[in-house]
Amino acid sequence: MTIEELDQIAASARSEREKFEHEINVCHGTGCLSQHSDRVKESIAQALQALGKNAYVRRTGCMGLCAAGPLVLVDPEGSLYQHVNPSHAEKIAASLDDKPVEELQCNLREHFDQQVHIVLENSGRIDPERVEDYIASDGYRALLMALNDMTPQGVVRQITESGLRGRGGGGYPTGLKWGTVAKAKGDVKYVICNGDEGDPGAFMDRSVLESDPHRVLEGMAIAAYAVGASKGYIYVRAEYPLAVSRLTSCLRDARRHGLLGNNIGNTHFNFDVEIRLGAGAFVCGEETALIASIEGRRGTPRPRPPYPASSGLWGKPTLINNVETFANIAPIIRKGSRWFAGIGSARSKGTKVFALTGKITNTGLVEVPMGIKLREIIEVIGGGVPGGHKFKAVQTGGPSGGCLPESMLDIGVSYDALQSVGSIMGSGGMIVMDDTSCMVNVARFFMEFCMTESCGKCVPCRAGTAQMHTLLTRICTGAGTMDDLALIEDLCSTVKETSLCGLGQTAPNPVLSTLKYFRNEYIEHIVEKRCRAGVCNMEAAAEVLA
Amino acid sequence: MSKLKLATVWLDGCSGCHMSFLDMDERLLELAEVADLVYSPLVDAKEFPEEVDIALVEGAVASVDDEKKIKKIRDHSKTLVAMGDCAITGNVPSMRNSIGPEAILDRAYIENVSAQPQIPCIVVPKLLKVVRPIHQFVKVDVFLPGCPPSADTFYTAIKALVNGGPLDISALTRFGA
Amino acid sequence: MSEVGTEVKILVIDEQEVSAHAGQTILEVARENDIHIPTLCYLEGLSNVGACRLCLVEIKGSSKLTPACVTTVQEGMEVSTNSERLTRHRRTILELLFAERNHICSVCVANGHCELQSLGQELGLTHVRLPYRNPDLPVDASHERFTADHNRCILCTRCVRVCAEIEGAHVWDVMGRGVNCTIITDLHEEWGKSTCTRCGKCVQVCPTGALFDKSKIGSEHPKYPDFLPFLNMMREAQ
Repeated sequence: MTIEELDQIAASARSEREKFEHEINVCHGTGCLSQHSDRVKESIAQALQALGKNAYVRRTGCMGLCAAGPLVLVDPEGSLYQHVNPSHAEKIAASLDDKPVEELQCNLREHFDQQVHIVLENSGRIDPERVEDYIASDGYRALLMALNDMTPQGVVRQITESGLRGRGGGGYPTGLKWGTVAKAKGDVKYVICNGDEGDPGAFMDRSVLESDPHRVLEGMAIAAYAVGASKGYIYVRAEYPLAVSRLTSCLRDARRHGLLGNNIGNTHFNFDVEIRLGAGAFVCGEETALIASIEGRRGTPRPRPPYPASSGLWGKPTLINNVETFANIAPIIRKGSRWFAGIGSARSKGTKVFALTGKITNTGLVEVPMGIKLREIIEVIGGGVPGGHKFKAVQTGGPSGGCLPESMLDIGVSYDALQSVGSIMGSGGMIVMDDTSCMVNVARFFMEFCMTESCGKCVPCRAGTAQMHTLLTRICTGAGTMDDLALIEDLCSTVKETSLCGLGQTAPNPVLSTLKYFRNEYIEHIVEKRCRAGVCNMEAAAEVLA
Repeated sequence: MSKLKLATVWLDGCSGCHMSFLDMDERLLELAEVADLVYSPLVDAKEFPEEVDIALVEGAVASVDDEKKIKKIRDHSKTLVAMGDCAITGNVPSMRNSIGPEAILDRAYIENVSAQPQIPCIVVPKLLKVVRPIHQFVKVDVFLPGCPPSADTFYTAIKALVNGGPLDISALTRFGA
Repeated sequence: MSEVGTEVKILVIDEQEVSAHAGQTILEVARENDIHIPTLCYLEGLSNVGACRLCLVEIKGSSKLTPACVTTVQEGMEVSTNSERLTRHRRTILELLFAERNHICSVCVANGHCELQSLGQELGLTHVRLPYRNPDLPVDASHERFTADHNRCILCTRCVRVCAEIEGAHVWDVMGRGVNCTIITDLHEEWGKSTCTRCGKCVQVCPTGALFDKSKIGSEHPKYPDFLPFLNMMREAQ
């Protein structure tokens, strides 16, 4: 495959598309599919045929606004229809060349206008399983550009200059990591894509893998070229069957088109990717545990150093990045590092995808430039808290993140800003809570998650999370004392500072942040035996104590 | 100078700590010179006195009665000493915790009894679901681990308490000692 | 064991200047110089897992605590093995262990020669502030010579490592997650019906009374884990 051949495929895909006057995109993301968007697509196709309309019906990946699904986008008119079911098919078909269907229209300008799509640029616009669609949207161009016109060092330099930081949570500079693996000595090197997304309420990686799998493969291939690897693994959880099946079919297509395998782009570069399924252990998102799991061992982390960059999979230098990180690579190579560095804030470049969930009107996937205010994400893009309730807190970064109150909403979203107020960027979960949530109970919930997901290897995480959960349960049932609160704070400090891996080191965050911003709720539970949200049942206290 | 008021209490334990206390032998006379034993299984007082300087408590809190007692003792004592492993960790009495009081009573009073099997419910206090150390109920000032703490431990510790001197407990004793 | 080089590194441990070979761990060097760092999962002769977190030390210039058993020495490193912060964390970790399962020292076969018990004393632990978890755990007495009492297990995985790395049998492993982790023989068979070679190494290296010899009771049951380095030395010599 050469750039010219790529252009030919793109041109023929485009001319194929131009035969149609309209394009009807039907979202086939997990959210919409669960509401039978596949049947919507079928019905629309039938209706079009019956009415003799000249339109192309396409299944696409996620369009983002899951709360309004199933979604249908009609181009070139740009009409977005929400809550579509098969019975609407005829109306939609009939509306072509006419006025859009008024009652189905989704008019959420402010939701979409504030977003900047880099990672999600193709999501909801291409058929994820048609490599031609991806190629027609400049897909695999970056890979061939890198292979033909750039040295591996040049690729690393471009990524470094872009300022891209790891999107898995840590925010480690991607270029620096690539450079370290590139310099590491070793006959064999590996590239691993971490798709073990396990945070409650997070579905960014799943959506990217379902909506635009080729983008991730292309990013991995470019990375492999840059660091000198010829073998890659995508570690996806088995709970994401749609992502796995789309990836499998895309891998086959990519190989068939000579975009994976031997002599990619008629160069000497060889690279292939294998899928490994995770069994759903949260800790396997930690890189050393993930590597152990790929090797077929128990998924437990090990102390670092040595870092995977020098000794990773089977003891070989290994580059491990998150799905979203890889999804950013192709555009950076294509459009240049300066373009990318121009987006975002001073030390956090580019965009971030967030899974906006909880008590929020527009539940779904959003991609925003770094530095945007939390308030903008929640109130404008997210449409605020529904049902006349009052906003209480937003949790960023999944179970290891912190809960931020209203007064913190004006900080700009970046790795450093979130950390400075006691939360983390994490992989991009964003859970909004209103006045019906009890913050002590929220802390207890996340502690329960960490307790059950602890691998059990190191003492502070294994026993410490269990103890904190016990003590928080005491407080939630009205049996807690101020001594218990002091103990919890003590445990938070030990678990945070002494745990072996990130799971334990960040497990106390929800407790620490709720103690920092919502301490009065803890005191109310302990002293007044009162839960202002009415979530906790204090009558259970006698039972527990007896 | 008036003598110190000393009390010893026996909750859910085997009385081994009291035996070890008595093993101080002739050193008890030395203690008697500075302290009066105002309440103890070893003396005749029925009610815990209004004011006690040092209370040594043996045993874990296992029944509603123990719970009531330990709270009273705390209220009326200047220094509360947890004496021995039962008071500090729950020790042997706590071995029933993973089994539960019902199963234990059943085994002891129903399953293994041939004549008139019945669970005693008059006079004997109700068992708590779990046996817990006394510091889970009240503030404890000094912990003297050991099963039992040795007579030397008692002697050194009580001397330090009486004289107000420094006390390095870990140099004297440990859990299970 | 770490790969020891010939290059010499000079570092400072607890304000004492010491020399070490490149590749040695902080723990190894500290022990050579009679500087005591508490450990539980570490055992000379086995691979290091850094799991008990007791050997954490402070290194000047880093706010993070570092496990001494897996960290190799660097030229000019300034290590502090004993600070108020470290003691506080170590005590809390021991409390977590004592409260996690049912450690009743007074009736334990290892009473008097248990590493957990001695560390408790050494670090001045007179009581456990945390609620005891009181889990209901089994005792596997199916083996003709040995017993596994899970009530006393601290999941240090010394048995797992000695069986896999030294005996080469890999009968022991860990099952489950979090506080529900358990050491198992084979695929959770009874020990007596497992492929155990009956070498008894796991019993010797067990720091508590979790694994013990049935033929011995109470204080007659000291353990001798010091055989490991000698065994390794003899094997290397061959």
